[in-house]
Amino acid sequence: MTGPGGAPPAATRPAGPAAERERPAPTRYRRRLTDRDGALAWLFLAPAVVYILALVGVPFLLAVAFSFSDVTGGDPSFDWTGLQNFGRVFADPVFWRALRNTLVFTALSMVFIVLFGKVLANVLIADFRGRWLVRFLVLLPWTTPVALSTITWLWMLDSVFSPIDWVLRQVGLIQANMFYLGRPTLAMASVIAVHVWRLVPLAAVIMMAGLLSIPKDVQEQALVDGAGYWRRMVEITIPLTAPVIAISALFGAIFTFTDMTVVYVLTRGGPTNETQVLASWAFFRGIEGGDVGQGAAIALFLFPLLLAAAIAILRAVRRMEVS
Amino acid sequence: MATVEVRDLHKHFDAGRVRAVDGVDVATSDGEYLVLLGPSGCGKTTLLRTIAGLEEPSSGDVVIDGQVVTGLPPRARRIAMVFQSYALYPHKSVLANIVFPLRAAGVPHGDREQKARRAAGMLGIEHLLGRKPRQLSGGERQRVALARALVRDPSVFLLDEPLSNLDAKLRTSARDELKRFQQDIRATTVYVTHDQSEAMGLGDRIAVMSQGRVRQIGRPVEVYDDPADTFVATFIGSPPMNLVPRGDVLVGFRPEHLLPVENVPGERVTVTLEVQRMEYLSGDRHVYGTVDLGAGPTRVIARLPATVDTPLAAGERHGFAVPVRRLRFFDEDSGLRTDPVPVRT
Repeated sequence: MTGPGGAPPAATRPAGPAAERERPAPTRYRRRLTDRDGALAWLFLAPAVVYILALVGVPFLLAVAFSFSDVTGGDPSFDWTGLQNFGRVFADPVFWRALRNTLVFTALSMVFIVLFGKVLANVLIADFRGRWLVRFLVLLPWTTPVALSTITWLWMLDSVFSPIDWVLRQVGLIQANMFYLGRPTLAMASVIAVHVWRLVPLAAVIMMAGLLSIPKDVQEQALVDGAGYWRRMVEITIPLTAPVIAISALFGAIFTFTDMTVVYVLTRGGPTNETQVLASWAFFRGIEGGDVGQGAAIALFLFPLLLAAAIAILRAVRRMEVS
Repeated sequence: MATVEVRDLHKHFDAGRVRAVDGVDVATSDGEYLVLLGPSGCGKTTLLRTIAGLEEPSSGDVVIDGQVVTGLPPRARRIAMVFQSYALYPHKSVLANIVFPLRAAGVPHGDREQKARRAAGMLGIEHLLGRKPRQLSGGERQRVALARALVRDPSVFLLDEPLSNLDAKLRTSARDELKRFQQDIRATTVYVTHDQSEAMGLGDRIAVMSQGRVRQIGRPVEVYDDPADTFVATFIGSPPMNLVPRGDVLVGFRPEHLLPVENVPGERVTVTLEVQRMEYLSGDRHVYGTVDLGAGPTRVIARLPATVDTPLAAGERHGFAVPVRRLRFFDEDSGLRTDPVPVRT
């Protein structure tokens, strides 16, 4: 490689009188911590690892342990009971009611979240005056803490003072109040409506990002090729944003599936457990009812379902990265 | 076939602050290949998009086949456009890409496939019909885009820099293909480019644009030999036309017409060239130097073909000459062509 007169690169030169002279003095060029990628990687990862272990890993293992024990609020001593808690939970019709509600709420919310999110996303990318203000306002429901916005909805749906009822009465559509949260079907619809209301902005913003990533050329090409609005929507826009739509659907599903706040604040699972979901039922049983073992067993039932959802999300994300 | 015409077309952006197209009148004849040539930002793409119906003009009219289409959407204009990026539908197969315009036009199912295969056959891409765009090379993508444009027999083809995404080697062969494609189809075509060799090679006529206006429109040989102003004179030609001031006119001549005096027979204007530097480019000698026509030394370039072997060296002064019939004259202030003035040195 190097000719007879050429010297090998300085770094690989064997130690000798010439090399001695050129090598930098070791005291001046010590490797600092910031030069050591391996150590830095651990340093930066450590807080996240500690956080996840302490706040996710330990409680999860604790929940698993509780579900096989007879721990209660009054008697925290740990006694092994095997599958007894699961047996009792499965024998309870309220559990099955809660499971069914969880799945129904999640499925229906997901459908509406995607539908309205898609429409809203299309509105948000349109070029009009004050677009930024509208985008900001649309995002507000998502940024408000769930508990606070749900309390607002509690007032909105109040059995006596509901402003929605008032408006409907004034317009003449109804004669008497609707008692939204007092009737099983309306109460379920109310819970779904609040979920949709708070998650549509998130879905819309995710889908808006997807829409903006479609090359302008492709849309214009479809225009020149003679495609009308619906053909462009169905054949170009939706297929090209399908991964993003899937992501927003999964986000909507996970947030609805794991949420207990809306049910807890709005209906407390009522009337007579008609709107109970797994998360709220676990809370009522384990924390308010004091039967920590059963509460843990109910809560753990969520785990395999959530795991499947998480795998689905990660796969979808990876597919997006590949294409 | 059809003709395309724009009448006093203006397209302004930002409330008139940017005049992308500033009063353009152009008309093609039937089956003509018209090239819009100009530097980036001259408004050529905006003009093309306005013809396509993707931009609405601020004023003026677009006329296709004698019908004013100014307010009509693209799909009502019977045009096909090929974008710089080719804009293939990435999730559709090549066949589905080509069929798309037919489906949009409501062509019956059986006809669609047959027409698509014929278009693919014309461009030699039948073997690619099952592939996705990402599995194609740049040249193949261009052919798919052309097939998609061709498939519904448009009256007008609009091409927006279709070669600029290809590497230099592929560009030459793709240009050749475009030319043959055009000769096969004989469709009225408007082609946008900033590359003068593409324009000279492909166009029946060239419209040279600058700052939203058409500076000159004519056959390639006309815009090259008889530029209407100093912009066209210096934009077309590589190296560009030499412009040497004399009084209140600029005397223009092409580098290949400035030759050592003994190589210029007939009526000629002689100058003394002070040679500064020379380059050898594909057999030609490019001689950089200065001449003086009475308004001080001006930089010029002479292009000597390989057949001229006059010995020259940097720092020398040498007698050069230009045939009188090759001289062009421009007004120094407006840059427009003026009457010849006597040049004697």
